[in-house]
Amino acid sequence: MLRKITTSASWWALRALPAVECLILLVLIVAPFFLSDQINLITLLTNIMILSIFAISFDMCWGFSGILSFGQALFFGVAGYVIALVGRDLNFSAIWGTLPLAMAVGLVLSFALAVFLLLGRKIPSPIFVAFGTLTGSYAAERLVSGWQYVGAGNGLSSIKLLQLGAFEFVEGIEFYTLALLCLVGTYLACRFIVRSQFGLVLAGMRQNEERLAFLGYRVQLFKAMVFSFAGLIASLAGALYSYHQGFIGPGNMGPGLSTTAVLYCLLGGAGTLIGPVIGTAVIEILNYSLSDIDAIRHFWPVILGIILLVIVMFQPAGLLGLVVSDRERIGAFGARPRRSARG
Amino acid sequence: MVSALPLLEVVGITKVFGALRALDGVDVIVQPGTFHGLIGPNGSGKSTLLKAIAGAYLPTTGTIRFGQHDITTWAPYQRARVGLSLKFQVTAVMRELSVYDNVLLAMQSAETTWSLIWSRTRRRLHAEIMHALDRFRLADRANDLAGELSHGGQQWLEIAMALAPSPRLLLLDEPTGGMSPEERRMTGELLLPIKAERAMVIVEHDLDFIKNICDHLTVLDQGRVLCDGTVQQIEESPEVRRVYTTRV
Repeated sequence: MLRKITTSASWWALRALPAVECLILLVLIVAPFFLSDQINLITLLTNIMILSIFAISFDMCWGFSGILSFGQALFFGVAGYVIALVGRDLNFSAIWGTLPLAMAVGLVLSFALAVFLLLGRKIPSPIFVAFGTLTGSYAAERLVSGWQYVGAGNGLSSIKLLQLGAFEFVEGIEFYTLALLCLVGTYLACRFIVRSQFGLVLAGMRQNEERLAFLGYRVQLFKAMVFSFAGLIASLAGALYSYHQGFIGPGNMGPGLSTTAVLYCLLGGAGTLIGPVIGTAVIEILNYSLSDIDAIRHFWPVILGIILLVIVMFQPAGLLGLVVSDRERIGAFGARPRRSARG
Repeated sequence: MVSALPLLEVVGITKVFGALRALDGVDVIVQPGTFHGLIGPNGSGKSTLLKAIAGAYLPTTGTIRFGQHDITTWAPYQRARVGLSLKFQVTAVMRELSVYDNVLLAMQSAETTWSLIWSRTRRRLHAEIMHALDRFRLADRANDLAGELSHGGQQWLEIAMALAPSPRLLLLDEPTGGMSPEERRMTGELLLPIKAERAMVIVEHDLDFIKNICDHLTVLDQGRVLCDGTVQQIEESPEVRRVYTTRV
């Protein structure tokens, strides 16, 4: 009996992560069937999925690659402004054109920042990257705040609806489905990368980047690639967010939102992909539930800060760390040999 | 008689840290297929020289040639790609990765990014990885985390990682540091067969260990070359005896 329990415990210790992933996917698939008449909850879940994509972009940087980016909102916000301007000035919002355009802009912008921050002769320190990205995000927020063409402090509202032919993605089940597809696609792409041999390089980079350089890896290049890819993901989230909200403003590209991505990720569990989804859901659901209560509304940011402080101090692996072991979180990389000698 | 082209040629290397002159005009030549030992008292500049060769430090003056290449200003990854590999003094294995993945990480360093993303080479490299682990008696620990190995085991893993990219010159910084006498003896046994495959530069405090394994020694003292020659020549050198009896 004892052996059976031990065996099932060790089985769970190495398969908790896929179980959590499947459970969350299942919840997201069935949720619309139970909430079809509650548009506010569908909207909340759609928001959570979009912001989860954003949180995953930070997890790719910090959780998997050790790049402390405090500027993910820069790519999020720029993409939002791009699709808003294309809709306003060119009267164009076809999904096949605007989402790839927003992602391309995010990719180019993040690569340009990576060239400046990451591709120097020496491996940059995390503090240098953190300040560099934070400055980029802050500068962009200030820039658009005073730029009338992009609505200055008021931002851009009444963004044209996203279209697929004659079909319009309105708030509700339509946008929920699109957000779910984008989240699943992003998640699978990231999972494929971090579990590949490329992911092994990232894991090594996170642990001892100097050692990697002496093995022949140009660490800066790997960092630049991941940072650019994360920029692309953040820009997808930004474009979806703007279409869904019908609005984009300076606050959507500043340090405030960049820091929120950090919080989503740390709360859920960095370096897991699903952790940031959980962190986003917890924070956004609490935000939705508690911010309507007058007694709490004004103190909500303080409560959130205390919760996060407790998590960081006592549960650095995040909420997911309660059910997923460190060994499983690190995982395996690449295609397993057919006749494994690894036990 | 025509001598073979040196594999590594260090000429007039100087390294200054503020007021400290850690290396002062050091010349070292390493021939292909030789085990070259660097010895000297603490603070003589052995590890600094090894790090300058590997690219951790750029020399203040002097040149370093490796084969056909002037690598004086090259970054560490560039040096590694032309066949220089360093085993750190302090073990620098990836403690959270498995022993197997540590060696895979070292062995796949020459692969293209595209190949890494599509994980095309792990299956192909599997036999080589297991052979490398077997060579250093780590095959049965392949699935364990590197951080779970003993200090000696981590040193062996570190050497296995340094050897994994098949370097032309292996740089070992105190490979037996912190090991028990039995582990040192075994390390010597493990390193000797490598002599047939590639050259090596070893920094080591254990003189008995280094005399047994090396063909050629360079003795450093206060950042300068005190003496250079075969093991027998060094043993008979009165200068070396003086330094070792007065400073060590």
